[in-house]
Amino acid sequence: MTPALGGFAVAGDAAPAWDRAMTDVMSALRSAFTTVPERTASRAQRRTWLDTFDWRLYRAGLRLEYVAGELRLAGAASASAASAASATGATTADGAALTRQHVTGWRPARPRLAESLPPGPVRDRIIRLASPRALLPVATVSSTVTVTRLLNDDGKTVARLLTTRASVAGADLPPRLSVAEVRGYPGQARKAARIVALATGVSPAVGDGFAEILGALGRHPGDYSNKVDAEITAHMPAGRAAAVVLLRLLDTLEANVDGVLADIDTEFLHDLRVSVRRTRSALKLLGDVLGDSVPGEPGRRYHDEFKWLGDLTTPTRDLDVHLLGFGAMAAGLAAARPADLEPFRAFLARRRARERRALARGLRSARFRVLTEDWRKTLLEARDAGVRRRAERRTAAGLAADRTGRAFRRVVRQGAAITGSSPDESLHDLRKRCKELRYVLEFFAPLHQPAAYGKVVGDLKRLQDCLGEFQDTHVQIEEIRALAGAMLAEGAVPAATLLAMGETMAGLASRQRAARAEFEQRFAAFAGPGGRRRMSVLLAPAAGDPE
Amino acid sequence: MRVYATYNIKGGVGKTTAAVNLAHLAAQDGLRTLLWDLDPQGAASFMFRVKPRVKGGGRALIRGSRTLDDAIKGTDFDGLDLIPADFTYRNMDLLLGGARKPTHRLARLLAPLAASCDAVFLDCPPSISLVSENVMHAADVLIVPLIPTTLSVRTLDQLTGFVARFDGHRPRILAFLSMADRRKKLHREMTQELSTERAVVSPTTIPALSVIERMSVERAPVTVFAPRSQAARAYRSLWSDLRALEPVAPPAGGPGGKRGGQSTLVQ
Ligand SMILES: Nc1ncnc2c1ncn2[C@@H]1O[C@H](COP(=O)(O)OP(=O)(O)OP(=O)(O)O)[C@@H](O)[C@H]1O
Ligand SMILES: [Mg+2]
Repeated sequence: MTPALGGFAVAGDAAPAWDRAMTDVMSALRSAFTTVPERTASRAQRRTWLDTFDWRLYRAGLRLEYVAGELRLAGAASASAASAASATGATTADGAALTRQHVTGWRPARPRLAESLPPGPVRDRIIRLASPRALLPVATVSSTVTVTRLLNDDGKTVARLLTTRASVAGADLPPRLSVAEVRGYPGQARKAARIVALATGVSPAVGDGFAEILGALGRHPGDYSNKVDAEITAHMPAGRAAAVVLLRLLDTLEANVDGVLADIDTEFLHDLRVSVRRTRSALKLLGDVLGDSVPGEPGRRYHDEFKWLGDLTTPTRDLDVHLLGFGAMAAGLAAARPADLEPFRAFLARRRARERRALARGLRSARFRVLTEDWRKTLLEARDAGVRRRAERRTAAGLAADRTGRAFRRVVRQGAAITGSSPDESLHDLRKRCKELRYVLEFFAPLHQPAAYGKVVGDLKRLQDCLGEFQDTHVQIEEIRALAGAMLAEGAVPAATLLAMGETMAGLASRQRAARAEFEQRFAAFAGPGGRRRMSVLLAPAAGDPE
Repeated sequence: MRVYATYNIKGGVGKTTAAVNLAHLAAQDGLRTLLWDLDPQGAASFMFRVKPRVKGGGRALIRGSRTLDDAIKGTDFDGLDLIPADFTYRNMDLLLGGARKPTHRLARLLAPLAASCDAVFLDCPPSISLVSENVMHAADVLIVPLIPTTLSVRTLDQLTGFVARFDGHRPRILAFLSMADRRKKLHREMTQELSTERAVVSPTTIPALSVIERMSVERAPVTVFAPRSQAARAYRSLWSDLRALEPVAPPAGGPGGKRGGQSTLVQ
């Protein structure tokens, strides 16, 4: 078969309107063609759209579908052509943009780590983007394509009308129409498409139909992101802006709980932890403007409770980090053999299973439920109080400039005090300050001018990466030391495994030294005269509170 | 890509009928199939309801000023396309005669289709001509319908001998008994004799059946409008004989060797 011409959507929001439009289309077509049903019966199909929880494929302009034992990946440019093609099961001229891979025993309703895909062209195209996340079913669409042949006076098929009726979660979607060309009869297909386009109740289809599918599920594409992206404006009262930011963080935190409990992939826990850390920083840096409800005793309680929550997640995350980096670690061994580390991996996996159970108990506890419920109530009060107390002069922009400036100065001060002989702790402390600064920048990102923001965050990120490498390698060394002790205590450990772990520690130590050596330069780039100028450019309009 | 050609020097023996049904069966098997109606009378084009007209005529195709690709029309059936006949094909011998290596012109024109086609069927007009010689050079398999007469056996032997003298590429031959009438004693005897004595004769016979004659009324392959008929079954059986053929022609030998052992088709 040949490419489909023009997609059309039938307007109206219910079956009677669709049927009227379809009747209209068919009678219009009968003025120019004889219409007969295709000899073969209509084709039913189930398609499951897959993506990571944070829509990595969608954001990259990709569509991944599972259809009848096959994964189909369509690129952005030809998404509609590809979905038309997959709807009809036809390979089209645009089919080249479609990457296909057969998979056996795939159950699309089950989340599955991208990593675990069998080798093939689809895996090759998505693995770097999707890893370490799992592919989840976004929506399963059942559709039936009915084909009508359009005949000329000789009774020859010169074009086909494809009617796709789809439903998702029991809800019917408006039918979609397209005209398929028969090779050698392009004019006839164009003529049919013109006729369809002019029928009442039919309009050109926008997009590939996935927006409607998500709409039917009450979702919208990209509805989860781990970015702060709070809906704040420069003129919003400061207290209200802070509450909006914190509510958004709470939403993100809660959105990840189910994924953590089901252990779908490691990023749920990662995002949950980031939300907790951001919340703690926001409490510290912005808590005072939340009104009367947070400062003082209640504030201390939330401070303690979110610290509890953060600590609850730490052991599992640390083990995740070890396990995620395991392959690279094993591959980096010079003297020991990768296989020597296998007992260590097994030990990590056992530990993780145990720690995860403790984490799950915590997330299912009354303590967690009470914390999130109370916190939401408190934040909603603070947000609405912000409206009542319009008299409060401080705006979101003013707050942003003030707190960002303060956080920046703290980083500059602490960083400048660090010398070659400073203890490791001084760098760890500075890393915390940098995180606070990063978070406060992110909270108010919508108020900043994007170019200036990008520059400041870019420099800061490079400094953070250096400090992160320094501390993470340090932590990992300490952990491996402790884990080795624990393994010995548990029973016999092969000497080769301990030796390999020792070599791994040596590798980490040399990375740690390299990070320390790099620190001075990274810090200077961020906090030197150039960096300070960039920061003042960023904060200038906000500080001046324009308009 | 495998090129099949229905060929017989004689007219009205069932060449077109075979080409139309076999091409449809090939497409049904999932092969990307093309049927080229080389007969200016356009019987195959008629069966598929395609107008017997090619832009620029036979001249443009043979000269190569238009690619074959340009002339292709989709039939009503998935995976089956057609190059229609054209009235100007009646001068095809002259057109071919003007080309370089005139006996291999069709083979050359078909070569670029290898990327997009799995099976090509050439439906030839009845004759000995430059066209038929071209077809023999282009084909991997010559499908030869035989009316059960003594004369047609001689014709088959001549054809086998002729093809055996080709240098290099040599098509295989698969003949089958066409329009056989079980009520006629001669037919029964010939059928018996041919299928045991000539190894290039398929064990499948296409009987004379009125449902086959109806094709020109239905304007569709019998495998479409009467898929469960005896006729459709017979063509399916012939098609599986064809698919079972080894891709390479056997080494040159005398005309119509004796059958040996179990093997039915191999010389
Ligand atoms: N097995 C059969 N039973 C009955 N009629 C048949 C059979 N095969 C072919 N015919 C009929 O015989 C006539 C000639 O058949 P066909 O056109 O296939 O032969 P041909 O060899 O292609 O002829 P030509 O040489 O004119 O191209 C047609 O009317 C066809 O319907
Ligand atoms: Mg014929």
